[in-house]
Amino acid sequence: MDKKKLGYWLFFIALFLGPLYLTEFRLALLGKFLCFALVALGICLIWGYTGILSLGHGVYFGLGAYCTAMYLKLEAAGGGLPDFMEWSGVTGIPAFWRPFANPAFALGASLLVPALLAAVLGFLTFKNRIKGVYFSLISQAVVVVFVTLFVAKQDWTGGTNGLTNFTTFLGFSLASPLVQIALYLITVLILGASFALAAALTKSRAGRVLSAVRDGENRVRFLGFNPTSYKVFVYSLSAALAGLAGTLFVLQVGLISPAMMGIIPSIEMVLWVAVGGRHSLIGAILGAVIVNSAKSFFSESYPDIWSIFLGLLFIIVVMFLPNGLVGAIESWKKSRKKSRQKGGTADAADSVVS
Amino acid sequence: MTGIKKFWGRQTIIAAVSAAALALSGCAASSALNEGEEKPAADTGGDTVKVGVLHSLSGTMAISEVSLRDAELMAIEEINADGGVLGKQIEPIVEDGASDWPTFAEKAKKLLQKDEAAAVFGGWTSASRKAMLPVFEQNNGLLWYPVQYEGMESSPNIFYTGATTNQQIVPSVTWLLENKGKSFFLIGSDYVFPRTANKEIKAQLEAEGGTLAGEEYTPLGHTDYSTLISKIKEKKPEVIYNTLNGDSNVAFFKQLKDAGITADDITVLSVSIAEEEIRGIGTDILTGHYAAWNYFQTTDTPENEKFVASYKEAYGDDRVTGDPIEAAYNAVYLWAAAVEKAGSFEVDAVKAAAGGIEFKAPGGTVTIDGDNQHTYKTARIGEIQADGQFKEVWNSGEPVKPDPYLETYPWAEGLN
Amino acid sequence: MAVVFTQLFNGISLGSILLLIALGLAITFGLMNVINMAHGEFIMAGAYTTYVVQQAFSHYVPAALFDYYYIAAIPLSFLIGALLGFILEKTLIRFLYHRPLDSLLATWGVSLILQQAARSIFGAPNVAVTAPSWLDGGLTIAGAVFPYKRLFIIALAAVCMIALYLYLDKTAAGRKMRAVTLNRSMASSLGVSTKKVDAAAFAIGSGLAGIAGCALTILGPIGSTIGMYYIVDAFMIVILGGIGSLVGTVFGALSIGMLGTVAEFWTGASMAKVIVFAAIIAFLQFKPAGLLSARTRSLE
Repeated sequence: MDKKKLGYWLFFIALFLGPLYLTEFRLALLGKFLCFALVALGICLIWGYTGILSLGHGVYFGLGAYCTAMYLKLEAAGGGLPDFMEWSGVTGIPAFWRPFANPAFALGASLLVPALLAAVLGFLTFKNRIKGVYFSLISQAVVVVFVTLFVAKQDWTGGTNGLTNFTTFLGFSLASPLVQIALYLITVLILGASFALAAALTKSRAGRVLSAVRDGENRVRFLGFNPTSYKVFVYSLSAALAGLAGTLFVLQVGLISPAMMGIIPSIEMVLWVAVGGRHSLIGAILGAVIVNSAKSFFSESYPDIWSIFLGLLFIIVVMFLPNGLVGAIESWKKSRKKSRQKGGTADAADSVVS
Repeated sequence: MTGIKKFWGRQTIIAAVSAAALALSGCAASSALNEGEEKPAADTGGDTVKVGVLHSLSGTMAISEVSLRDAELMAIEEINADGGVLGKQIEPIVEDGASDWPTFAEKAKKLLQKDEAAAVFGGWTSASRKAMLPVFEQNNGLLWYPVQYEGMESSPNIFYTGATTNQQIVPSVTWLLENKGKSFFLIGSDYVFPRTANKEIKAQLEAEGGTLAGEEYTPLGHTDYSTLISKIKEKKPEVIYNTLNGDSNVAFFKQLKDAGITADDITVLSVSIAEEEIRGIGTDILTGHYAAWNYFQTTDTPENEKFVASYKEAYGDDRVTGDPIEAAYNAVYLWAAAVEKAGSFEVDAVKAAAGGIEFKAPGGTVTIDGDNQHTYKTARIGEIQADGQFKEVWNSGEPVKPDPYLETYPWAEGLN
Repeated sequence: MAVVFTQLFNGISLGSILLLIALGLAITFGLMNVINMAHGEFIMAGAYTTYVVQQAFSHYVPAALFDYYYIAAIPLSFLIGALLGFILEKTLIRFLYHRPLDSLLATWGVSLILQQAARSIFGAPNVAVTAPSWLDGGLTIAGAVFPYKRLFIIALAAVCMIALYLYLDKTAAGRKMRAVTLNRSMASSLGVSTKKVDAAAFAIGSGLAGIAGCALTILGPIGSTIGMYYIVDAFMIVILGGIGSLVGTVFGALSIGMLGTVAEFWTGASMAKVIVFAAIIAFLQFKPAGLLSARTRSLE
């Protein structure tokens, strides 16, 4: 156990020291991947630990990012109209945009808006005992609704172009490499803190109830717990993490558009977790970093056919490593320890989500 | 499993370690910053100069963008065979934007920072350009954007070799009003280009005596146009001005014909349908409709004859050229000419030298406007023939000065 | 009045297209509980098959017979779709029957590969299919035009639906399929080869996607990414109709088609999409099992 924790610390310290050994370009990439890792962490909490597969986390990520981007856009406009509103024929800043001129409000909203939406949606669906595949597909319908709305309300959201071309954040120039390094370090710290929080949650009593919900929701109900409130809580938490990731993403990448909330990114988010290991928080983080690095690497080396490699990666992981890379390492270790008592544990986890 | 408490127990030691780490990385950051300032903007050592070619090779936009990559690579090969630029061979680095705007930003950053590309040729959608724009401005790179677009932009780090609105849309609306009818129905995909273009068209219609019969937008990738067509039938316009994008055009034209509406009943003028798209829709469906561009494969110049022949030789007899393909091809030559004039690959020097650079393009001479970094281009309108090619029915006679903000048109006041 | 008729017809027509798209999924997802994200790519495969058949006819068959290429393309699209589905089932799906959400992830990988394969084989730009001349034009009744192509697709959807119903209800193979769906282990112990049934069911579902692709070529684009346009709609129809119920799928497709058409007529295409999906989300809150669903007394 201690060895494991030491490993975590080394991992996060290594990330923290990134600016020492990575070029500016690679550091920016890693920073982006760590934002994705934060989303993956949230998905791992609801999928791996609670058994809810959301194919709509792109929406929460996007809402968080848009909240912060609205602030950045207003700051870039310097009191005037944001550029896209000008060419969309809007004459005054819409009322709901105004509070976002305040950075504290914008950052708070980037956490609360996704969390509230998730709470409302979660409350309705979980209360109606919609689960499994139904929930996953409903979450996709939510994605379609939001993406179409964001694209269609161009005068309020920037349409397909999204919000981009920011200048400063709290007065610091976003173009400055120092600010980017600071944002990277903040991302690492937030990711580390969120990881610790998530780890504490999964080990707490509430966390065990969540696992119990995953393994037998009705039994939990019969024992006198209300699974709905536990599920709504963890679903909102996961949405808030995605919103936070959106904020960090928009600050580092300088861009948010409806394309990033869509069906494809939402499914990709789940795939990161699947590749890393759905039952392991650190696995989710590693999965996000590994899949995105692989994507960058393949597409740089083989721009014409890279998506074939990515497709193969997903198939291989699902077929041969049902618990992801971390799961594979763990079961390998276990089988080495108890080479005579074969298996069992990994199979039990397989049937977890159905 | 006493986990949590132990976990936090080591906090103090770790905090100290992290503080040290923070200090260390801070130092590293400032040294990286200093390095960054000394770094040359483009890697021009050795016998080659690197340029980026950044288009969507996968995803929904690949249907259009792959051909632009082909045209750019062909131009680079031709220039290299001719001795290169400033005696150096051009080395293209191809990247896939994957129809995903942050990927465009990421790859642009990679091309500028890691490969130190002297110039990047790339983009198609406005969204991809808007995503790349801050990257090029922050890194002082050079982007050559080869597609007609909605105007209202003029970045110091972008050269626009496609048409802006006053070289394509504005003259075509005037031509339609004079030749085809006063009552317009505007249809477009639901994104920035159609909405902005239609706003300008509405202002122009009002100023030049046209009427608006209707205005409809469909989501990108929409494929059922039966309801939209019933609306059109009800409004009975004389002209449909079409700014649909990509695949939607196929569905729209097929279903328009099925509903019994031919080119004789209502004229459709499109601004996103070039020769390649015609082949994907089917010529039998499009015959008699119109498109506005700056170049057609049938444009009659000696340069075009050579261009079409070498494009077909390089990529197969069944391939066709088209306006964006030509603009992408021109972009490489214009950049090379500007570099030769500047005597350097340095971005600022190239920009300073670019104004007034001329190139005898397949579609007629193009000239860079030094003020807004767009190009002078000849506006053309063509009628689609049964063989999938255009018959030019009108052209502006001489290259039109680019005016991305429509400053010279009184009716456009208040649009920006 | 003509507008009302036209719109009513448009709604039925859109519903029939959606039904064709979703019918295959009603089997692979509805009956077998496999989430096949590559379903859209099987539609694409059917569309490209139609294109290839057309090319072959224009090169090797006398011009007078060209118009019949479409008749040949329909069964061939079915076969190609079925073949792809069969291969997918044998190599991948059969290992994932107990992990439906994993089937989603693996088939997503398959869909990436198939899209790229199509791009490599047929090139990135769209290809064109010329509809046979006997489908040109339309029926004019009281000022409203009913295009033959849309009438043909309505008929095709009906034929597929009836054929599927007869297969499942009247043939021994079909009944075995339903038995396996209802209770796999019981069917197995009564001597039904579940392996064979699984492979056959998946192949039929995929083949229907191929037919849908063939039908779509006369109305829409043919390119490597067209599967993406239809896949989400198809899943929504199946869950709206009720998993495991073919009649439910028909109702689901028709109601989405009608609602979409009416909403688009009053607002616009974008808002119509929002309204339709919001309505689906709301509806499923009240009836989580869909319009029609197989009754079950089991708790989980």
